[in-house]
Amino acid sequence: MTTQGATDYLSFSNIQKSYDQKTLVVKDFSLNVAKGEFLTLLGPSGSGKTTVLMMIAGFESVTSGDILLDGKPITSTAPYKRNIGMVFQNYALFPHMSIAENLAYPLKVRKMPKDEIDAKVKEYLELIELEHMGGRKPAQLSGGQKQRVALARALIFNPSLVLMDEPLGALDKKLREQMQLEITRLHKKIGFTVIYVTHDQTEALTMSDRIAVFNDGVVQQCAAPDVLYEHPENSFVADFIGDNNFVNGTIVAEDGDFVTVKIANAEEEIATKRGDCGPIGSACRVSIRPEKLFIMPHEPACDNKINVTYAMRLYVGDFIQYYFKLPDGKDIVVKVLNDHEAPKFDEGQPIGLTSLKQHCTAYAAT
Amino acid sequence: MLCSHCYISNISLKIKIMSDIQSNERIRSKVILLSKKEANFAKKEIRRSKMTAFFMVTPLLVFLLFAFVAPIGTMLHRGFYSPVVASLIPDTLDKLNQWSGEGIPNDDVLTSLAIDFKRLANERQSGKIAAALNRNMPGASSVVKSTARKMRRVDDAELKANGAELLLNAHEKWSNTKIWFALRKAGETYSDTHYLKALDLERNSLGELQVREASQIYIQLYSKTLKLALYITLACLIIGYPLAFYLANAPAKTANLLMIFVLLPFWTSLLVRTTSWIALLQTNGVVNSFLMSIGVTSSPLEMLYTEFSTIIAMTHILLPFMILPLYSVMKGIDPSYFRAALSMGARPISAFLKVYLPNTLPGLSAGALLVFIISVGYYITPALVGGTDGQMISNIIAFHMQQSNNWGLAAALGTLLLLLILSLYWLYDRFVGASNIKLG
Repeated sequence: MTTQGATDYLSFSNIQKSYDQKTLVVKDFSLNVAKGEFLTLLGPSGSGKTTVLMMIAGFESVTSGDILLDGKPITSTAPYKRNIGMVFQNYALFPHMSIAENLAYPLKVRKMPKDEIDAKVKEYLELIELEHMGGRKPAQLSGGQKQRVALARALIFNPSLVLMDEPLGALDKKLREQMQLEITRLHKKIGFTVIYVTHDQTEALTMSDRIAVFNDGVVQQCAAPDVLYEHPENSFVADFIGDNNFVNGTIVAEDGDFVTVKIANAEEEIATKRGDCGPIGSACRVSIRPEKLFIMPHEPACDNKINVTYAMRLYVGDFIQYYFKLPDGKDIVVKVLNDHEAPKFDEGQPIGLTSLKQHCTAYAAT
Repeated sequence: MLCSHCYISNISLKIKIMSDIQSNERIRSKVILLSKKEANFAKKEIRRSKMTAFFMVTPLLVFLLFAFVAPIGTMLHRGFYSPVVASLIPDTLDKLNQWSGEGIPNDDVLTSLAIDFKRLANERQSGKIAAALNRNMPGASSVVKSTARKMRRVDDAELKANGAELLLNAHEKWSNTKIWFALRKAGETYSDTHYLKALDLERNSLGELQVREASQIYIQLYSKTLKLALYITLACLIIGYPLAFYLANAPAKTANLLMIFVLLPFWTSLLVRTTSWIALLQTNGVVNSFLMSIGVTSSPLEMLYTEFSTIIAMTHILLPFMILPLYSVMKGIDPSYFRAALSMGARPISAFLKVYLPNTLPGLSAGALLVFIISVGYYITPALVGGTDGQMISNIIAFHMQQSNNWGLAAALGTLLLLLILSLYWLYDRFVGASNIKLG
């Protein structure tokens, strides 16, 4: 996490938003963003993340609460006075203007002298490596090029904040990965503050300094990508970030940060980290990442063993995905790197799976 | 525009490939040539799809030929072609054409005309010549009619011997040079008289063009027509633009409901709508009663049978033609353009003028052109609510078709109207670009 200034450069305090005066789309949103930070709002569609973005930009009113930018409340400031750059999913490049005119637009609006505008436009065209395309119309550019122009246009007027609303959603996978690098490069180079909205967790994990996982109008967890992936605070985050298995069970013993869980419909007990699960005797779900599970066909007696039966395998390419059935009939997935020793099984064959206890976490049953 | 661009890029791509082929042996070896059989098959395929397309378009082509091309051709022709006089008195005209143009023609011509008049009077055809001559020389109608009546009573032998004298005695105007000019002019099968008249011009006795002495109404009428069409277009724009904007941005349910109101004028009879304007605007109509009851005026305003009533009724009728293209264009403009402009610091009005408005131009120009062209040629509404003030060129064309029975002049006026509209379209294409039009 890069912190280049005050940690409360942008701060939200108890933001609420309701469109119909009855239900809250954003229930209680409080968050501080540091200057120069790349913060991602990640959540399923309809979770209220875009609404938050629109409230920062000023296109949606705030029902209650305050947004402070650099110490000043902006909730009642008109959008055009906020000095916030925005990148839209569909790029929103003005089709009747050339690329250079698009880039010059925010500067012209600010009544910058013409030679300064020209110099700045040239500088930013070079920055996005489109020096020779200034005269073209947006329709003549590819999706990736358009996105780069949209990015440059949002940055060219030195905004105090840059908002990005699923900017890579319309690109294909290859281009999206390229653009992720490009955005990260520009962010490192210029050091602007970004609020980035996406529903694509890979995008969030690779680009962000911090990610706020958003669901039901509430921030479920806000942390750095590795923390979020390895130490999710609740089962929603555990499920939403990356692939995950959930094994149902009951807590039978406690030992500091660890608990022992009896797997449903079986006799085995496994040791796991304590998540937000309840006391002894309460039902829980144990999350184990597919890549943290190991298949133990030849070692019947090992720690933290779960007995399963083989169902099928999927060849994915860089890894192979095995599907097993838990004693209660649910699926459990194991990812195995695709090397020559990837084993093969018969359908219905009993197999033992194991995992280290620090890789298992028990959450409250939902 | 997009299409032409694709086409160009496609061609440049082809050129690139071809140059690659020429410069690179390795690539040339990759070009696969079709065998003769395959080439024939491909050719057949292309021909078949062309035939299919042709058959699908044929009904429209045939319809257009009969209902559009042929009438317009006839109209263009009729503006120049007036065979009536030439077919009624061919011999006299032959002789008259040898006349030098000074004084009056010789007795031979006069006698011949006197004999023709008797024949025409007997055949009850003299009215046609009277009408034709009257168009070139107002007042000549009665001269022809009375002379023909007198000639009818004279017997053939006397007419042959003394025809010239009898003709000159029948009416004093026959001694006038002008009437003979007029007759020679009326006898021309092809003449530009109608077109000159439609432009308020005429030829003097030396054949030079000059402004028509008798009356100059058509140029004025054309300019009034253009003026009214302009007002109507502006009114449609002022009412239509904000409404189309609202429709394009309203929730679907509201937009659909409002759209019905916009389209309502299309679903009610034109006559009903126009007559309802009469009911509203007349001296004791709804509007006047209301204005008087709230004390804005003490006596009723003259609103019906004025330019004002033509403009207001036509605006009502043509409004959908403005709203629909605007709506369809605005619907396609992403609201994020406006938001993007705001986020970059543009004030709402500046964002609207620099970002939103330019993007609506295709719809705006399509709507304006449509409304303008339709209103330039509109007939029924000005005829009903326009009175004398609110008459437009089409009403005069109709008048010449139905009442003065001067189809030649009507055709000339119609042709000029067509040329006017085509030149407007040409100007538009020149300065705005017809490819920018978007109708729906």
